[in-house]
Formats: sequence, structure tokens, C-alpha cells
Amino acid sequence: MSEVIKLRKGLNIKLKGSAEKALDKLPVPATVALKPTDFPGLTPKLSVKVDAEVKAGDALFYDKYHPEILFTAPLGGKVVSINRGERRKILEVVIATDEKIGSAEFKKADPSTLSAEEVKEQILKSGLWPFIKKRPYGIIANPEEKPKAIYISTFDTAPLAPDYNFVIDGQMDTFQTGVNALAQLTEGKVNLGVSKDSAFTSLKNVVVNTFEGPHPAGNVGIQIANTSPINKGEVVWTINVQDVLFIGRLFETGKVDFTKAVALTGSEVKTPKYYQTTLGAPVATIVGGKLVEADYNQRIISGNVLTGTKVSEKSYVGFYDSHISVIPEGDEYEFLGWADPGFNKFSATKAYFGKLFPKKEYTMNANIHGGERAFVLSNQYEKLVPMDILPVYLLKAILVNDLDKMENFGIYEVIEEDFALCEYACTSKIEVQKILREGINTMIKELG
Amino acid sequence: MKFIKNFFERTEPLVQKGAKYHWLNSVHDGFFTFLYTPKTTSKTGTHIHDYIDLKRTMSIVVLSVVPALLFGMYNVGVQHFKAIGELASTGFFDIFLFGLIKVLPIVIVSYAVGLGIEFVFAQLRGHEIQEGFLVSGMLIPLIMPVNTPLWMIAVATAFAVILGKEVFGGTGMNIWNPALVARAFLFFAYPAQMSGDSVWIALKDTDKVVDGFSGATPMADAAAGHLNYSVADAFFGFIPGSIGETSTLAILIGAVLLIITGIGSWKIMVSTIAGGAVMGLILNAFSGSAGLSPEVATYFSMPFWHHLILGGFMFGAIFMATDPVSAAQTEKGKWIYGFLIGILAIIFRVINPAFPEGMMLAILLMNTFAPLIDHYVVAGHVKRRVKRAKVSA
Repeated sequence: MSEVIKLRKGLNIKLKGSAEKALDKLPVPATVALKPTDFPGLTPKLSVKVDAEVKAGDALFYDKYHPEILFTAPLGGKVVSINRGERRKILEVVIATDEKIGSAEFKKADPSTLSAEEVKEQILKSGLWPFIKKRPYGIIANPEEKPKAIYISTFDTAPLAPDYNFVIDGQMDTFQTGVNALAQLTEGKVNLGVSKDSAFTSLKNVVVNTFEGPHPAGNVGIQIANTSPINKGEVVWTINVQDVLFIGRLFETGKVDFTKAVALTGSEVKTPKYYQTTLGAPVATIVGGKLVEADYNQRIISGNVLTGTKVSEKSYVGFYDSHISVIPEGDEYEFLGWADPGFNKFSATKAYFGKLFPKKEYTMNANIHGGERAFVLSNQYEKLVPMDILPVYLLKAILVNDLDKMENFGIYEVIEEDFALCEYACTSKIEVQKILREGINTMIKELG
Repeated sequence: MKFIKNFFERTEPLVQKGAKYHWLNSVHDGFFTFLYTPKTTSKTGTHIHDYIDLKRTMSIVVLSVVPALLFGMYNVGVQHFKAIGELASTGFFDIFLFGLIKVLPIVIVSYAVGLGIEFVFAQLRGHEIQEGFLVSGMLIPLIMPVNTPLWMIAVATAFAVILGKEVFGGTGMNIWNPALVARAFLFFAYPAQMSGDSVWIALKDTDKVVDGFSGATPMADAAAGHLNYSVADAFFGFIPGSIGETSTLAILIGAVLLIITGIGSWKIMVSTIAGGAVMGLILNAFSGSAGLSPEVATYFSMPFWHHLILGGFMFGAIFMATDPVSAAQTEKGKWIYGFLIGILAIIFRVINPAFPEGMMLAILLMNTFAPLIDHYVVAGHVKRRVKRAKVSA
């Protein structure tokens, strides 16, 4: 095993409502959906019409510019609606599930015995390709590119994040199969980022890097930057833990099986724990009836509180998310909020007394706690990004749309989640993740 | 307390664009957000936000200046009664009250003028009122001699806020520390009124000064070759000088608060003080050189650490140099920036006969050069990154 990489920069935010290690099986949901909006930069083209019958693993839509990348049905059933938004943008493709309709058939084989092309084709056809993302940019990988390595982070340090050591329990062989398949896709290695006492260290056919430190140590981008940073022209692929399981099951059974665990967490949840459900499950099936009664508004987030998406109960869990967080909305005025000594207020700075109680767990709401201003304080972001990058300079380069500078300041190495803590801690309330995504979009548009 | 909130919520539609009192929008918003943290919730990006905001940050800085302000008021009284020879017979509260009556109008004028301009600009530009002036408005009185006429304070504050800050785009965009711009403006526009021995002591025309009392600051004396002050007085602050700058102790109390909360950069504070000490030592080393006049030689030989407790050095190092907007932004840059301020302040102070005090000019000069320092620090960073790319390619 390699040596431990210790990261000092960052911040752990302790929120109330972490999931207890218990897994409840939920019944098969009546509907499931895929949301093209989960994929930044994607232009979807539909392959089905309303009322079409689909098996699990049959294409629902594909990428206009890469027609080989398919997005397939998580469960068999009938397409009941295609919900569109402004300018007929596709928001959701909804399927009414039918247990009698099973999965489409794929090849059942040990991926190590297949050729790289066969593995790639099977992953593309079954709709598992979109789980593989690429750096730079954090978008779906381009099947024609040759990545220098594939990175998987096996632990998540974000607030209230699921514990993959628990989720993976009993499925390590399937994970190994998935890793073997991924290993065929790169000339480099499959790299695992693990925490101390990780269950993943027994895997073969991988390079294991151990990381120690506060959030964002569990972010795959941080792990790449601290082992083999991405330079111009290089491509690295990344994939989440549970998505590797999907690939493993595909090759072990010849069928798609999108069963996954979703952690329901947050201060507004009565008993936070894990639920076994499926990809694209309705939020209501997980959250319904499980929140505390409140006379204030609550916010449901698909994902964690730093990078997730606000969803309604009528919506569906995000494609890449294994996690739902529920926090108070906090849309209330606070009298002289800036003058409060703040014993109950957690802060990245030491300007509130809450800092004196490092072990305490906090309830935080979605209030911004202030108005947006120009950059005033310095060295606030730098302390939270354990990479060789100057975040403020990168953001300013994006704001003035200077491509050379964006490149020099390291836009290839970061995506939103890596800077999310900066946005949390920002005194001036600057929308860091939005700015960064705009910069990435500019790079994609200008340089392809 | 509910009725205040109700009042603001009810009046909100009246100050929107196109409504009757639209020109009061920024003022309404300013007071409302001052009293009530807004109910805005996150729309993009992170769902949780830190409780810190610019109001909190600025109020902590203001709080950290309060010891210097209170002591400054007391010292104004002390210097006054010392001058008329009644110090021993006057009680603590009378001394403080005298200073309070002298200093409070200056604070009020500074805030009234500065915030007034701030409100007008916020409205004209259609943005929220920015909190930066909460600090500048407190710092301006503290770096003024107590006898500065109120109209001069008003003119200087207006100059600083408009030409020192708003023309650049407001808080966060300015090049120089606005409070020092106010001081520099008075220093160069009204040199006669801003120097000499009489500006430092508050006296009425009818007051009779006791024999032998000069009213000169130790800095002015030192420049003339006389080192007549006690170290204890200089450290605790019982010497003539600008209102808030005299007490090293009170300033250090503020420094502790700034460092604990992480709002003031300890790197700048430490490097500025180190720079001052190093330059002081260099001067000490050359105090025996031939060709120095006896006055200058005396000043050269002043123990190096006395520089740190005299004049505005400490006040500048703790509260002025650390202004995050006008200081260097990079961590390496901060060390260089602070160190050079320390060096330059002592050079100006001792070697340049035109200026008895050098801190103001040293900081303004380094404010000007801070972007250059950052430029080279950042260029070094980029160079390293590019090199890394070549090595791995």
C-alpha cells in the first residue's frame, strides 16, 4: 500500500442528521425518471415517444453530438410522459414501471477476457457510459479519448455524505468486476482514493492512494491533483462508487440492475438512514413521511448541501446522487444577525463563538446570511482548496473571460465541487460554483 | 421589535423602481439589512452559507479599534490638563469627559459625511450600501490631530470617499486605504494647520499653558535631536499625537481581536513590525558614521524598538496596512508588502526632514505597489505550474 497523503487545507462542516448505518429496502417505485438536466452541457435527442414500452437498459435518449452515448431506462415499463420546460427543453423522461417487463439482454462475461472495444461497446449500449465523467470539465467522458488514468474516490467527506464502506458491504466482488471492466478502458491504471480503515484496500488491479484530511479530501478532483495533476491535453476519467457496481452487475449477469443505496440525511429528517431503491427514483418515495413536522419551510436537496440540487418532492433523485439532504429553508429575517455572538453559529472564520465547540453538530439553513459584495477579504478561499491553485485568481480570470489565464490558473483541474467550500465560506457571498461552470462552458465552447 | 420589521416590509414596495420614493431605495435597504439579516436563500451553488458577512467582518474591525478610541479620548483630556497644569487635580471622569466632548464631534462628522456620500452613490449606482465605510469612518478620526477643525474633517472625508473609493467602484475596488487618503489630503492641502506643536493638544483660547510645556510630539522632538519621552508613556499612550495612535497597548488589544478572529492578517502585522525593527537596527549601526549632524546622529541612535511604540507606527501596522482591499492579496506578497512598509516608514521618519512621521506615506506607497507585488507572486505560481506540465509531458 502506498503512503498516506495528508491534506491540511479544507474544512469539515458538522451538520445534524447523519445517517445511521441501517439499510431499509423500499418497494419498486411506481415511476422512475431520467433528467437530461443532470448532465451539464448535454444536448439530448429522444429515442422514444410517449406510450412506448421499454425494457430496463433500453435507450430513452442519446447525446446529439455523440449518438453512441445512450441514456437508458432504469426499470422496465411504459414511457408515460416527457416533461419539457422553456423552449421545449426536455426536463424529465418518466416511466411507469412494470415488473413483468425485465431487462434487455447484454453479454454476460468476465470483462478481463473481453477486448477493450467489447467492454466499451457493452457499457455504451447498456446506458452505463454517462456514469463515466472526464476531467477537465466534469462532463460525460468522450468514448474516443484515451484517458491517462481512471480515478474512483471511495469516500465522501462532504457534510452528511454516505459512508461507502457501509454501502459496499457484501458487494465487493461485483465492485471488483466493475473495476476490471474499467481497467480495460485506459492504458493507465485505475486509481482508488481511500480513507484510513477503508474496506476497499483489498481490491486488485488498482493503485490505492490513501488520503487523510478534512473535506474536500474525498473529492476525486483533489485526489487527482495530489497524485498526478492534470495538464493541458491530458484526460482523466472518474466514476462514483455505486456506479462501478452497476458496471460490475452488467458483466456478471448480462442485465442492467440499477439498484442503489440512497442516504436520507439532515436536521429535518426524523431518523436519518440509508434506503435501497433504484436509479431515478421519485424523491417522494424516499422522503415522504420521514421529515419532522415543521411550521417553517424545508429544503430538499438531491446530493449534499454544498453541491446538490434543490428538488421538490415531486421530482426524482439526481443521476449521480447517492444522497438526499433536508435542511430548513431559512427564509426568515434575523434581527441584528451580524451582531449575534453566535454560540450556535458555525463559521469557517473565528468571528462567531460557535468555533469554540468543534465537536458540536449544527443545524444550518439555506439562508445566505448577508448580501453579495465585491471580493474584499483575501486568503479565504486558499485555505479551503488543497491544490496548487489560486482560486480567486482563477475566478477573476473567468470573470474577465481571459482564456490564457484560465488555463494558467488551472481550470482543467477543477470542477464546481472542488470550490464549493469557498462559496460556503465566502464573506462576500460570491456565487463561486456558477462562475466556475461558466468558465468551463467557455473553455468547452472555445477549445472543444 | 415586530413593528420595525413590519414598517420596513410595508414600505418596501414604495421604494421600488418607478414607485414614489424610489430614490430612497438604497437607504431603505441599508437600514433594513442593518437591522435584519435578509431572508434571501441560496439560489445556485451551495445550499448552506457561512454566517460571516461583510457587516460582521466590519463590525469586528470597528470593535477592535474601540480600545484605541476610548484611550484616545482619555489621552486628549490628559494632554489638555497637563498643558494647563491641572492634571494632578482633575479626576478620571472629568479627563475622559473632556476628551469625549472633543472627539465625539469628529467621529460624528466623519460618519455623517462618509455615509451620506455612500448612500448617494449606492442609490445612483443602484447597488446595496457597502459596509466598508463603517471602518474607514472610525479610522479617520483616530488618525487626525485633535485640533483639526470639523470642516476639514468633512472635506477630507468627502475627498477620501469620492476620490479614494467611489471613483474606483466602491468597497473592494479601491487602490489606497481610504482613511489614509483623508489624512494625506489634509497633510498636503493644509500643511500649516496640520503640523507644528499646537495641533496635538486641545486648548481653549483662554487656557494658559504652563511654562516648559511644548505640546510637540516625541517624533517632532526626535527629529530635532531630543529624545524626551518615557518608554512607559509611549507604550501606554500618554504622549501627544493623533487621537487614536498614541497607545501601543490599546492598539495591541485590537490586534489580538483581529488575529483571533482571523480578520486581520497577522502576516502583514508581523512583517511590518519586523521591517520597522530591521530598519531601526540598520540606522543604529550607522549612527556613528561621520558627516551626520548631531541631531540626526541622535535620532539614528534611538533604540530601534522605540520606533515601534512612537508615532503612528503601530496603529498603521495593525489597522491600516492590513486593510484587505488595498494590501497585497497573495500570502507571499503579504510578507513582502508588510516588510517594505516597515522599512519605508522608518526611512521617511528619520532620514527625510520634511515629514516627522512616515507611516502614512509608507502605507500609501506600498498600497500603490501591492498589485505589482502580487503580479510577480502570481507569475511565479504560474511559472511553476507550467514547469510541472512540461516535466510530466
